[in-house]
Amino acid sequence: MGDKADVWQGTLALMVLKTLEALGPLHGYGIARRIEQTSGQLLVLNYGTLYPALLRLEQEGSIASEWGVSENNRRAKFYRLTRAGRRQLAREARDWEQATAILARFLAPSGERA
Amino acid sequence: MKALRAWVARLFGSWPSARRERELAEELQDHLELQVEDNLRAGMPRERARREALLKLGGVETAKEAYRDRAGIPLLEHTLQDVRFACRQLARNPGFAATAVVVLALGIGASTAIFAFVDAALVRPLPYRDPASLVSVTESIGTLVRRSPLSHADYLDWKKLNRALDSLDVFSGSGYMLSTPEGAELVSGARVSAGFFRTLGVAPVLGRDFLPGEDAKGAPAAAILSHGAWQRRFGGREGVIGETAVLSDIPHTIVGVLPATFHFAPRGAAEVWTTQQGTGACELRRSCHNLGGVGRLKPGVSIAAADSEMKRIASELELQYPDSNRGQGASVVALAEELVGHLRPVLLLLLGGAALLLVIATVNVTSLLLVRSESRRREISVRGALGASRGRLARQFLVEGLLLAAAGAALGLGLAAWAMRLLLRLVPTDMARGMPYLQGLGLDPHVLAFAAAVSLLAAMLFSLTPVLRSPFTAIQDGLALGARGSTRTLWRHFASRLVVVELAIAVVLLVGAALLGKSVRQLLDVELGFDPDRIATLRVAAPPARYDDSERAVALAREVVARASGLPGVESAALTSVLPVSFNGNTDWIRFVGRPYDGEHNEVNQRDVSADYFATLRVNLVRGRFFTDAEDASKPKVVVINRALARRYYPGEDPIGQRFGDTSLAPGSIKEIVGIVDDVREGALDSEIWPAVYYPFNQDSNTSFSLVVRTSQAERSLLPALRAEIRRIDSSLGIVDEAAMRDRINDSPAAYLHRSSAWLIGSFAALALFLSVVGLYGVVAYSVSRRSQEIGLRMALGAGRGSVYRLVLVEAGRLAAFGIGAGLVLGTAAAASLRKVLFETSAWDVPTLVGVAGTLALAALVASYLPARRAASVDPVTALRAE
Repeated sequence: MGDKADVWQGTLALMVLKTLEALGPLHGYGIARRIEQTSGQLLVLNYGTLYPALLRLEQEGSIASEWGVSENNRRAKFYRLTRAGRRQLAREARDWEQATAILARFLAPSGERA
Repeated sequence: MKALRAWVARLFGSWPSARRERELAEELQDHLELQVEDNLRAGMPRERARREALLKLGGVETAKEAYRDRAGIPLLEHTLQDVRFACRQLARNPGFAATAVVVLALGIGASTAIFAFVDAALVRPLPYRDPASLVSVTESIGTLVRRSPLSHADYLDWKKLNRALDSLDVFSGSGYMLSTPEGAELVSGARVSAGFFRTLGVAPVLGRDFLPGEDAKGAPAAAILSHGAWQRRFGGREGVIGETAVLSDIPHTIVGVLPATFHFAPRGAAEVWTTQQGTGACELRRSCHNLGGVGRLKPGVSIAAADSEMKRIASELELQYPDSNRGQGASVVALAEELVGHLRPVLLLLLGGAALLLVIATVNVTSLLLVRSESRRREISVRGALGASRGRLARQFLVEGLLLAAAGAALGLGLAAWAMRLLLRLVPTDMARGMPYLQGLGLDPHVLAFAAAVSLLAAMLFSLTPVLRSPFTAIQDGLALGARGSTRTLWRHFASRLVVVELAIAVVLLVGAALLGKSVRQLLDVELGFDPDRIATLRVAAPPARYDDSERAVALAREVVARASGLPGVESAALTSVLPVSFNGNTDWIRFVGRPYDGEHNEVNQRDVSADYFATLRVNLVRGRFFTDAEDASKPKVVVINRALARRYYPGEDPIGQRFGDTSLAPGSIKEIVGIVDDVREGALDSEIWPAVYYPFNQDSNTSFSLVVRTSQAERSLLPALRAEIRRIDSSLGIVDEAAMRDRINDSPAAYLHRSSAWLIGSFAALALFLSVVGLYGVVAYSVSRRSQEIGLRMALGAGRGSVYRLVLVEAGRLAAFGIGAGLVLGTAAAASLRKVLFETSAWDVPTLVGVAGTLALAALVASYLPARRAASVDPVTALRAE
């Protein structure tokens, strides 16, 4: 298990938003599965931490929830992206790309040394 | 924005919601089932599929806990929990809770009520524009009279010559006979210069202000009504403007109505305001002083600068008019100082007393909480062992303290509101008129803020003390039943110290109360120079227009005396221009015949009295004779003087037969001294005796005078008959201030201020005594209950009851001795600050100190005797077997 990374603080929200943008309304379990699948099973997600994160996004108004019917015909809580959530996703994705690009340049083996 | 939105959501989420819990459970249940199905599909056996799903979730309860922390605000939720828990704790021990709340309420209520008075009189600004730049401008006479009214001529010169004031205006008192359908009624009024209200920055709510020049000689008579008079006498009609009111037979046009919030303490009762036209007999003389001055400082001019400017002008006038102005100085002080300065020492004294009571109450509740925290050691230890953090436990105490303080504050506010109403009702009517700023006293925002601040402070004090002392450290110690740790001895020392503080404060308050009580007795026992019992008094005011010459006034006075004397039960009746125990003032300025004169001020109280005045009041004649009713304007002028005048101006001489007159020795003013009487207290009870002259009323008559009637029956019951009899002479006579002489004296401002502060401090002291003795009892009783095993052991080993008594009483005695000793030291120091309000009572009064120490020692003995007896009746066998 040593080669699997924990999800670090802050990125979980971004992943949730991206997942909901990609797949549309989804319940908690679905979001969790999707995040693990997308990471190519490289991420260990403690599913228990997902729910407070969803609640937080909901409190902040980035996502909304409503009760619907799941694939196994049970009542389930579905989350969907709000307009504000879409804006937040765009902004955070851009920031993140910028940050990783900068870091990538630092870590590139051909980097000049002063 | 986003964060704020989240916080609001969490704030609402902090209240427990069954629905949220149900939905969360359902959501997690869904999650598990979906995963179990996936796991089954992946080929796991059912058992393992379920275990894996749970592992992946990280435990249902943990997930729920994390979710709940995010749903609400944990701190708030915990606090709400603490509040609920604290409520349950307090409800479980209602005796403790009730005691603590009542004790706190007494402290908070007393201090809040007193603060309301302090706020109304000293803190709240006067209802004028920029009151800080308003000053009171008066003259002064040498060093004898620091503040004396202005004369009209001086006022006009000061107004013209000064560069320090934007404006200077004057007021004087007056009374008017107002014709009403029920007959003539005397209404209180004031006469002011035209700019008076503009200087104060007050505009009428209806009609207009006096116009510049409306105070000139011969200007048409105009009147402005107080808001109260407008409502009461004119039904609050707007059409009243332009109507005519007949004031003492002179028609006045009503031009304006003052705002309801307006008040002016020196003329607090004034219902009508008219212009001061400078045409009265007094205003025409530069040496007659009857005006109060109010000025507004120019921007940037200090009060001290205005004072020295006025003093400079006064000294110029001294040179210019030596006959009238020799020795006349000037004095400028802040208007607020003039209006309320005299109340400051008394009010601050009361506030100090109330604050001490609050400290005792807080300390008392602190020790109650300490005892309780001691007996809750097990509970705290258990909670600690179950994982409650120190902070959480401390917060529990804080919440309990705040809850007690809140309950105490709520009850205290109720008490304060009641006390304020009571205290206001106890203010004599005449005094209340002079303190208009006390109207509308109540729980306003200032007062509420004060109560909140005080309660919070108290809550901090008594809830943090147990936290600091609490035995958090020894959890296993507390869990062991009946364990004794070093913490207990620590606690005893600390609680003992608190009791010493309580006892010391009680001593301070008792010393203050005893000194004030003694001072009141001295004041009411002060030598009056006459016999005030069974004397009825009232004041008669005749319309000057109808009794315009002295003959008619004298005839009226004779008729009034004759009619009053004829009433059943009346022994004798007489008149005076000013009743005794009123004020030093209404003075004459005399010059002695046959002595060199350099214009010095020989200021003497002047009273015009009828022939039987001294006999009626039973004033002792020292030498010579009283005058007779026959001594009127047709006879040579005579005068009776008091001892103080004889002592001061005729030392080693016989005054009888000597003569004096006015400052110019005008032939008509020369009078011959025919008698000397004992000093009658003309001024307030606590002011000194001035030299006084008594002129025959028949030689110096007036249309307004006070009647004194000595009766053989109850004097109060005579008043209605007296009033009716005088009305029969002339229904246009105004009759006011009907009172028994004794009541007048007891209700006089000096007596009232002394008495009320003595009573208030006295009741604070009684409460303090009670609380501190209860505190002492609590500590000793607790200590005995904790030591019952030790005492049982001692008795089993042969100690007698006597030695057990001694053991307890010595412990209590040490505390009491410390408390009383410290209190006596502080008390004498505090008494020094009382000097200003004490009357003929020294702050260092040994009998008082001994009495207070004795009282407290006795109370302490009683408080410790009860636990000592319980200790001595311990059965050694039971005590040793216990625990």
